[in-house]
Amino acid sequence: MDFFLELFVNGLLTGVLYALIALGLVLIYKASSVLNLAVGEMALLASFVVALAANFGAPSWLAILAGVVVMVAFGYFVERLAFRPLIGQPVISLIMATVGIALFLRGIYFILSNKWPVYLVDLGLPVDSLNLGPVSLLSSSVVGGLVALLLFGLVGYIYARTRTGLALRAVSDNQTVALSLGISIDHLWAVVWIGAGLVALVSGIVWGQRIGVQFGIAILGLKGLPVVFLGGLDSMVGALLAGIFIGVAENVVAGYLDPLIGGGTKEFLPFFIMLIALWVRPYGFFGREIIERV
Amino acid sequence: MTNANGQEPLLQVNNIEVIYDKVVLVLKGVSLHVPAGGIVTLLGANGAGKTTTLKAISGLLRPERGEVTRGSIYFQGRRIDHEEPPEIVRMGIVQVLEGRGVLEHLTVEENLLVGAHTRPRGDNLQDDIEMIYHYFPSLAERRRIKAGYLSGGEQQMLAIGRALMAHPKVLLLDEPSLGLAPLLVQEIFRIVRRLNEEQGVSVLLVEQNASIALEIADYGYVMENGRIVLDGDAETLKNNEDIKEFYLGLSAVGQRKSYREVKHYRRRKRWLS
Ligand SMILES: Nc1ncnc2c1ncn2[C@@H]1O[C@H](COP(=O)(O)OP(=O)(O)O)[C@@H](O)[C@H]1O
Ligand SMILES: [Mg+2]
Repeated sequence: MDFFLELFVNGLLTGVLYALIALGLVLIYKASSVLNLAVGEMALLASFVVALAANFGAPSWLAILAGVVVMVAFGYFVERLAFRPLIGQPVISLIMATVGIALFLRGIYFILSNKWPVYLVDLGLPVDSLNLGPVSLLSSSVVGGLVALLLFGLVGYIYARTRTGLALRAVSDNQTVALSLGISIDHLWAVVWIGAGLVALVSGIVWGQRIGVQFGIAILGLKGLPVVFLGGLDSMVGALLAGIFIGVAENVVAGYLDPLIGGGTKEFLPFFIMLIALWVRPYGFFGREIIERV
Repeated sequence: MTNANGQEPLLQVNNIEVIYDKVVLVLKGVSLHVPAGGIVTLLGANGAGKTTTLKAISGLLRPERGEVTRGSIYFQGRRIDHEEPPEIVRMGIVQVLEGRGVLEHLTVEENLLVGAHTRPRGDNLQDDIEMIYHYFPSLAERRRIKAGYLSGGEQQMLAIGRALMAHPKVLLLDEPSLGLAPLLVQEIFRIVRRLNEEQGVSVLLVEQNASIALEIADYGYVMENGRIVLDGDAETLKNNEDIKEFYLGLSAVGQRKSYREVKHYRRRKRWLS
């Protein structure tokens, strides 16, 4: 039972981080109906920048600030250079643009990391273990999970309560109508790309601390896909719940199954769940209802 | 250009040409004027280019890969055919799209709020919302309902009310009667007339339903195949034989003919003589 509890709670913490990756997908999807296939690479870029700055001797706050500056600039330029010129083009062109961005970021990462190898995001967070009854957790994981939850709350608040959030919901509902009301799609796209950049920054820092700054962070972006297909591409609540579900499921199942099959459960289980989700509910469990009047 | 009163019209479209996808020529020289405080209707069959004309004015052509390639559009003396939609809305032109286009997943009230997106922060929107409910009482009862669940008539009312939230000087209405029962259409048109009289908002009304449009309009243009083929006071147009035959369904034999059948001899007669 203790073993199960430990697997469960650790899965929970990982799941919140998967949810965060999915949040980066959902933000872009809601504003543009585009699947952002560069989420993982964005987190990789962010973790590299922060680690590099810290490596050069920047204090933690400055390293994070460097990450903020780079990700904001990144979001701004993606909208300006890749998205805006494609307004009115089919969605598939925009999705391919995100693939281009992903490959571009990979290239940049390999070039820069050859020049300045960095291994870990180290912001001096406590590395000790927290003992909660029978469960022991890395306190950095706990902090990461809490920050992720906070970010969800913040983004949710912006969508529900602010003027920009209302405009974002309008664009997500019907882009043509939103445009006719004088909403600037360019502006909102910049907002969501910058937002996704900052979300990737948090992901990048947390994972960079957890597994180190390495190409594996880009691969983690793939874990966002089962989460959004399970939760619904346009649902933040869906992303959070599905992220947690997948995190817990893979950790618990892996805990019991890996010793028997020699590992690899976490690599296939989320995608297996994704296939089933697509089969049972193509729009996810929390995707927007389709309104049909009678 | 000036109108009968010697005033500059609020909105003037001068001989515009619109091309889609760089090759499809859809408007072939369209000119029209909307005077301040007036209701002007633009009539024409499906595919004539009415929606394209409205989108050229509101700046909504670009996302559809359409472009004004010749001519000019002036609003209050300022050239607007190269402005972006947000700026055009801010200046006071709002288009209500064909097929209503409410934001289905937003509530009625959220739809109204988002209509005020271009207004300065801190504007008091509550009074405006109450004003909209005053003109469209059935929306008031449904303010917390998602707009997707409203009836067709209510959705049209919401779309018009939402446009008013931007404080427009001119409303561009694209076939508001489409798919609505005649009584409902009359009610909506009555409200449009009242808005025009009481709030001073000018209207450019695109319609296929000529009889009801000419009922509330002061002036009308008839469009065909990307060109204006006829224009005049609403009264004059109502009595025009072509309009009667084609749009009002009052041909001598009592059946509705296609304009194509009548236009040849009649229009030839009209324009060549
Ligand atoms: N986005 C577009 N691309 C190419 N052709 C278009 C586009 N939109 C409209 N058209 C064409 O322009 C013509 C006029 O269309 P439209 O302005 O919608 O007419 P109306 O509103 O009078 O029915 C039609 O022949 C239509 O096929
Ligand atoms: Mg039309």
